[in-house]
Amino acid sequence: MELFKNTNFDFLGKKWPFIIASLVLTAAGWSSIAIHGIQWGIDFKGGALMTVKFASEPQLDKIRSAMSHSSQIHGDVSVQNITGGGATNEVEIGTQLANETQLNVNRQAMQDVLTQTFGQSGGKLDLNNAGAQALVERLRDPLARNGVPMSDQQLQEIVKNILAVRDGKYSGLITDFNQLASVPGMNAAMMNTLQQECYLAPFHVVQVQMVGPKVGAELRNKAILATLYALAGMLVYIAFRFEWIYGLGAVIACFHDTLITVGLFSLFKEELTMTVIAALLTLVGYSMNDTIVIFDRIRENLKLSRREPLENVMNRAVNQTLSRTVMTSGLTFLTAIALFLFGGPVLHGFSFALVCGIIVGTYSSVFVASPIVLFWHNYVDKRKPQRTPPTVTPAASSRVEQPARKSPTRAAK
Amino acid sequence: MKTNLKARTIVIVVTILLCIYGIIGLPTSKAALEQNVKDSIHLGLDLKGGSHLVLEVQVQDAVKADADTTMDRLKEDLKKQNISWQSMDRNDPQTVAEADKVEVTIKGIPSTQSSAFRSLVAERYPTYILTAVNSTDYTMKLKPSDLIDLKRDTVQRTMDTISNRIDQLGLAEKAVQQYGRAGADYEILVQLPGVDDPARVKELIGTAAVLEIDDVKDGPFPTRDAALAQHGGVLPLNTKLVKSKPRGTAAGEEWYLVGKTPVISGREMRNARPGQDEFRKWETNFNLSPDGGKRFGRYTEANIGNRLAVVLDNQTVSVATIQSKIEDSGRITGLGGEEEATDLSRYLRSGSLPAGVKYLEERSVGPSLGADSIHEGLVAGIVGLAAVIFVMLLYYKRSGVNAVLALILNTVILLAAISYFHAVLTLPGIAGVILTIGMAVDSNVLIFERIREELRTGKGVVAAVDAGFNKAWWTIVDTHVTTVVSCAFLFLFGEGPVKGFAVTLVIGLIANVFTAVFVSRTIFDYELQGHRQMEALSI
Repeated sequence: MELFKNTNFDFLGKKWPFIIASLVLTAAGWSSIAIHGIQWGIDFKGGALMTVKFASEPQLDKIRSAMSHSSQIHGDVSVQNITGGGATNEVEIGTQLANETQLNVNRQAMQDVLTQTFGQSGGKLDLNNAGAQALVERLRDPLARNGVPMSDQQLQEIVKNILAVRDGKYSGLITDFNQLASVPGMNAAMMNTLQQECYLAPFHVVQVQMVGPKVGAELRNKAILATLYALAGMLVYIAFRFEWIYGLGAVIACFHDTLITVGLFSLFKEELTMTVIAALLTLVGYSMNDTIVIFDRIRENLKLSRREPLENVMNRAVNQTLSRTVMTSGLTFLTAIALFLFGGPVLHGFSFALVCGIIVGTYSSVFVASPIVLFWHNYVDKRKPQRTPPTVTPAASSRVEQPARKSPTRAAK
Repeated sequence: MKTNLKARTIVIVVTILLCIYGIIGLPTSKAALEQNVKDSIHLGLDLKGGSHLVLEVQVQDAVKADADTTMDRLKEDLKKQNISWQSMDRNDPQTVAEADKVEVTIKGIPSTQSSAFRSLVAERYPTYILTAVNSTDYTMKLKPSDLIDLKRDTVQRTMDTISNRIDQLGLAEKAVQQYGRAGADYEILVQLPGVDDPARVKELIGTAAVLEIDDVKDGPFPTRDAALAQHGGVLPLNTKLVKSKPRGTAAGEEWYLVGKTPVISGREMRNARPGQDEFRKWETNFNLSPDGGKRFGRYTEANIGNRLAVVLDNQTVSVATIQSKIEDSGRITGLGGEEEATDLSRYLRSGSLPAGVKYLEERSVGPSLGADSIHEGLVAGIVGLAAVIFVMLLYYKRSGVNAVLALILNTVILLAAISYFHAVLTLPGIAGVILTIGMAVDSNVLIFERIREELRTGKGVVAAVDAGFNKAWWTIVDTHVTTVVSCAFLFLFGEGPVKGFAVTLVIGLIANVFTAVFVSRTIFDYELQGHRQMEALSI
């Protein structure tokens, strides 16, 4: 099966519509950024972010007002549902951290507010949010009092099993004590003691991220520096392997990709975190691949046909590599889509960046990078004094030809 | 090239075996298999669950403490040399950035004694620079090189102390390491796998716990006022009052009058452990540093029969009588029982933090999220792999099998490399593995498309395969180098999960050069072996 046998599209002749489309997309992205701004993730914005999973549909307003009323939490409180990638009944609660001393305070405060609003008072331990050590210490004495013979080793073991079932099977949130009946080592007496000493809160704190303003600023710097250095590195490498204008063309194409992708992030209100920057940098490298493959072919073709106008040579190169470009982009796109659909909420931003970036990247390699080189060469050629081409080709500069072929054999099916 | 086909096949088979061994070891049962995989692939905090803390060492505290000790010594020296002075003070910068501004101000040195003063300072305090403000007032500041040394030393000791304290938690793996640029930043990274409630850990790390052993002048008193009343309402020179930490059974509090300058500071404490003496009574054995030991020896020799207090955070935890000269190894007896002995040794062992710490960043991931993430990552990976395999087989027919084998081997090598290099697998790292699948297949596509082209120009099968591999080689190198360069910057500037991603992608790409070129070529050669006049290639 072959989709692109001997195609002959006039890519570079018809470049204007595509360049205009590029400019329009870039402008759309920029205006979205200007109007909606970019959703900076916690890595860059700083603040406290707590991801909480609830047993049933969470009441955002209740959470928000409870947090705002706490005397220890200052600044804005944001509460949103988490969407994407199979998250159910999960909420993200965000509070602001004006300075680092608040870091300690906020975490405990947020936990306390949740326990007060949704948990039970009465001194029992919240099983859905307890760690192994806390559970062991809580159960040790009551078990002894209830006459359940158990060494410390056995207690540690069974607590580990309980938590493994809680986290592995029920994603950290148990709604009924009977769900623990299948834990190895569980018996009636143990279950009794558990029910005596613990209760099941209707929520489970999945993740806490607290980033002080100092770290936020550092990460912002690092992200920008990394992107700039990477682009510079590419420029140097390609300028070294080809001509400098090729390097410039490739970098402009990559830069254009990054801008459009960030614009799309702003448009779709997706969050920009450090992992998204990682995806963007990967795309920079990846988009270079397509561009290099085309440039490689252009260079090869130029060696074979020095007299042909650059535009024709480029066109031929793009057509020749079209099959490979579509296949590779297609396959990488498949893996990116798999990540986007099945990769879970944590990788959501990352896979979104990849999906958008691959499409934009492939497009830019064909319709942006090569035209830039073409423009430059045309511009330079126009300024050179006209030279009459030699009428007789001296033997010394005979062209490179393919070696004499063997007896023709059947080509591929 | 055909002649060493056997050698090449052996290389490939050995590589496969080594990789499989690296991942699953030599399992004897299914449970052992799972355990081996868990052991060989280290999961990052975001997959295993755990906490990650970034602290900033408040080095200005250490600089201020050094200035304080200097002031005390200077006061004594001035007295000995009969140089009078009016006041001595130091400023109080509060942030790390201002640590360089700490200075001691001495006012009121008579101008007649100024040269004596200057030579005293030059001789006894060589690390300080003395500047005259006017004829009677001076400031002293640490020399820049000594300041840098002190700051760096403070960070190192803080890291060691925190390491010690966390050790007591008995975590299997933990890492306390310098973070940021050493010497310019004073940040420490603490990673605690499996600890999803860092509140307890933060308690242990504490903020500015200071341990000292002080000379007890008088006490115990039931209240602070009673202590003062005993001394005419005024604290004697060079003393301070400390409360004793309320112990479980003893009711009320006790106050002691102790010397202000500690006999031994926590910095000299090296080790402490509980033990039992010949009468099975509990005691705490401790060790000091050699310097501390010498000083302690001189002191205890001169003070047999007097009492010493172990003071933590300005609260007494234990008071003991000096029985004999103690140098660098001694014991505290007369304790209440095993619990007291263990607690005391833990306090002593903690040493003291030479400076406070401020928390800059804290992230904790519950183990439930980690388990979910792994599950989702695996599903995405399998779906992605299946899709790619399907398309490759459809588009390139039997040569597609070739590519698929190379691809699977690539993934296996990648996982084995992660295991052998003890690299940490994070969730973005799993994404990197999945992305490697998509990118790795690119090399094969490049080669196959080239082979198709060569066949179209009428070349024979063998020649076409040759030409395809040769011509595609440099393009493969170029494309891999650019992505590796990108990842190198990601590795330098990223942290934790992002670093994990960069590492997996780079390893995957390097492995890809091996599988797409060497292995694919070998498989082709194997197929073409003996079919020199092969008429067609399924591609």
